[in-house]
Amino acid sequence: MKKQNIIMIIAALLPLGLFLFPLWRITLEAPQYPTPLAMNIHINDFSDVHPHDIKNINLMNHYVGMQYIPDAIPEFKIFPAGILITTVLGLLIAWKGNYKWFLGWFILMVVLSLAGMYDFYLWEHDYGHNLDPKAIMKFTNPDGTQMGFQPPLFGSKDILNFKAHSYPQFGALFLGLGIAAGFVAYIVGKKNKSTA
Amino acid sequence: MKNILKSTLAIVAVFAAFTSCNNSGKSNGKSGALSSNIAEKVYVAPGEHDSHYAFISGGYSGNLTVYGLPSGRMFKEIPVFSQFPTSGYGYSEETKPMLNTSHGFIPWGDSHHPDISQTNGEIDGRFIFINENNTPRIAKIDLKTFETTEIIEVPNSAGNHSSSFVTENTEYVVAGTRFSVPIPQRDMAIKDYKGNFQGALSFISVAPETGNMDIKFQVLMPGFNYDLSHPGRGKSHGWFFFTTYNTEEASTLLEVNASQNDKDFIAAVNWKKIEEYVNNGGGTMMPADYAHNVYDEHTHTATSTMKKEVRVVNPSEVPGAVYFLPTPKSPHGCDVDPSGEYIVGNGKLSANLTVHSFTKMLAAIEGKKFDGEAYGIPILKFEDVLAGSVEQPGLGPLHTEFDAEGNAYTTFFISSEVVKWKLGTWEVIDRKPTYYSVGHLTIPGGNSRKPQGKYMFAMNKITKDRYLPTGPEMEHSAQLYDISGDKMELLLDFPTHGEPHYAAAMEADLVKERSQKIYNLEDNKHPYAAFSDADAKVVRKGNEVHIYMTTIRSHFTPDNIEGVKLGDKVYFHVTNLEQDFDVPHGFAVLGQNTSELLIMPGQTKTSVWEPTKVGVWPFYCTDFCSALHQEMQGYIRVSPANSNTPLKWSMGEDIE
Repeated sequence: MKKQNIIMIIAALLPLGLFLFPLWRITLEAPQYPTPLAMNIHINDFSDVHPHDIKNINLMNHYVGMQYIPDAIPEFKIFPAGILITTVLGLLIAWKGNYKWFLGWFILMVVLSLAGMYDFYLWEHDYGHNLDPKAIMKFTNPDGTQMGFQPPLFGSKDILNFKAHSYPQFGALFLGLGIAAGFVAYIVGKKNKSTA
Repeated sequence: MKNILKSTLAIVAVFAAFTSCNNSGKSNGKSGALSSNIAEKVYVAPGEHDSHYAFISGGYSGNLTVYGLPSGRMFKEIPVFSQFPTSGYGYSEETKPMLNTSHGFIPWGDSHHPDISQTNGEIDGRFIFINENNTPRIAKIDLKTFETTEIIEVPNSAGNHSSSFVTENTEYVVAGTRFSVPIPQRDMAIKDYKGNFQGALSFISVAPETGNMDIKFQVLMPGFNYDLSHPGRGKSHGWFFFTTYNTEEASTLLEVNASQNDKDFIAAVNWKKIEEYVNNGGGTMMPADYAHNVYDEHTHTATSTMKKEVRVVNPSEVPGAVYFLPTPKSPHGCDVDPSGEYIVGNGKLSANLTVHSFTKMLAAIEGKKFDGEAYGIPILKFEDVLAGSVEQPGLGPLHTEFDAEGNAYTTFFISSEVVKWKLGTWEVIDRKPTYYSVGHLTIPGGNSRKPQGKYMFAMNKITKDRYLPTGPEMEHSAQLYDISGDKMELLLDFPTHGEPHYAAAMEADLVKERSQKIYNLEDNKHPYAAFSDADAKVVRKGNEVHIYMTTIRSHFTPDNIEGVKLGDKVYFHVTNLEQDFDVPHGFAVLGQNTSELLIMPGQTKTSVWEPTKVGVWPFYCTDFCSALHQEMQGYIRVSPANSNTPLKWSMGEDIE
């Protein structure tokens, strides 16, 4: 088997790491939480980083009228299916062997990941802005608009007494490496083609 | 040369202190400012942790307090034998059974000697046992939750003082009686004490995994007073030693009449031998009433079981199990060194400290060198068992603890001092005054085969001028000494709560990582628990009204309750739905005749309220829990007895 096909097989398999490791983590730090509250986002679930973190995040957030973090969201069905389909697709084209298809897979994965990020952003935006009108505490921005409590998509941000951190985890690394490997497979394939 | 250098430095330091624009306060003239870093030695910076836990008994407070060393900061008071309104212990329906005895519910006890569980002679930090003197009981505190989880009453005992010391694998907790009494109890003339009263030494077994206690056997001894005790360890493991006074068997004016004999005894009890005898069916079951109270951390509820009999052993039935070691004069403390060889008997009326040798004791027993007997128990010859004595170390020796370097530290009540002396050579190495009238002293791990050195603290009975005055009553004081050098160094005075009778201390790492942060709601098996706001309800059973109530920041569910009538007994079963460390909620209702409750995350507690007046009465959270703590409140309506107000409850119903 050609080198690029082997790389493509690896590329197609790597995103399966999302089923083993969390994709993302949102951490909330505040003085009265010496152990920060944190939530892992998996491909098919939310999970506590320390026992009862999500419950305690919900408890804190209800003061400003934020919704409870749901047990499940539709994405928990769509994302795993997406990953399984693209893995099968990747394996098929790795077997079929035309390197140009590798580029197609790479682009598909980049587009799907961006769509996922956008979906995540929309969810966060809704979570941080769609507040209970009867909220106990109401805060406004300096310009008079209602303050939102959206965690950052990526990076760290101060939200009232909390410092919120949002960073990828191991699962995202697997996905990223998979996508990158798809591109490498394409480059290697192209090189072999030109030298052949 | 060194001295010249030192004094030069001191002069420079004093000069600097005077000339410096910021007057840095008192510089110690004796040792020089440069060498005076005592404050540093007890300073624990904000947010940092102490290196040791100290568990100091509260004596007449009936409780146990938790301190940090070296800071001397008090962290917690653990209720044990006394009702404690701070948490509702002994007031809540779940904890009332903990204070049940064969004499009924007893709201107070006199706690004395805490001792930490051991494995292989080393402190393991799992449990603390503590005795109650007045109504003889032994309690077990679980160091995972720092809560009292078991109390067993000791029948046939009176003044449970030589207690609650543990053997080196926590096989037994011992409970020796201070006062001898008629066994079984009966109506008889007090003047007939001699020869008729007996002293029970109780051996309470501790189950290795659960820590469950059970009285395995009682040794019925002659009618002396059994003052203090100590387990053998190492080579003497399997033996237990008890000091006695009043071997005169006087029953009145003991101050005089129990101080006549030149020597009393240390009773050496070979418990392994008696255990073997009992395991083979020895001893007799005697009718006895005593309570065994166990707290279940899943139902959050204690149950009290009345036991009906106890196994007693007459020492004369087990030859070779008990011997008397003559010890001058009215010995109080009874302490065994970490190697298990030396048994120190502190004769409180004696000028010298008497130390017996375990090896010599065995040899004397082997050679049958007896000096008579008392009630069938052989008395060994004083000279044959004596290892040595510390000559005229001070006045009124009480208690001895040991470091890891072969030194002993003895407190002297009358001369108010701690004296350090060397085991084997019996020479006095150092002495330091205490302020004032010291009783016990503690070295972390001092009661084990591996003392953890560095610190020693003395617990003083009289405080006088050591702190700002607070009227005629002062809290007692403890004083912390650094014992890492040849000379003891006084580091700190700190107040203690109740009477700091004795303490157990250990390195913090043994406990702090295991300390539980919450109770898991899913493990809550309380029959009246409510696991969410949806489970909250009010149920009437005749004239009992059971309210299944939940708390979470910052509301009660339900918060409006109607349909309660005069004559009803209202049970508030409050479940704290929080699952976050250190977020308890409180509960109190106006006119309650018990106490508030303090409910830990995941816990259910019950308070009974019998309203006496018609009206609408508020209840509220007593522990400042959140930004909206003040809003955490509700109302309960009480209607006349003959009214037909329907039972109704709600939360959030009326908000538009």
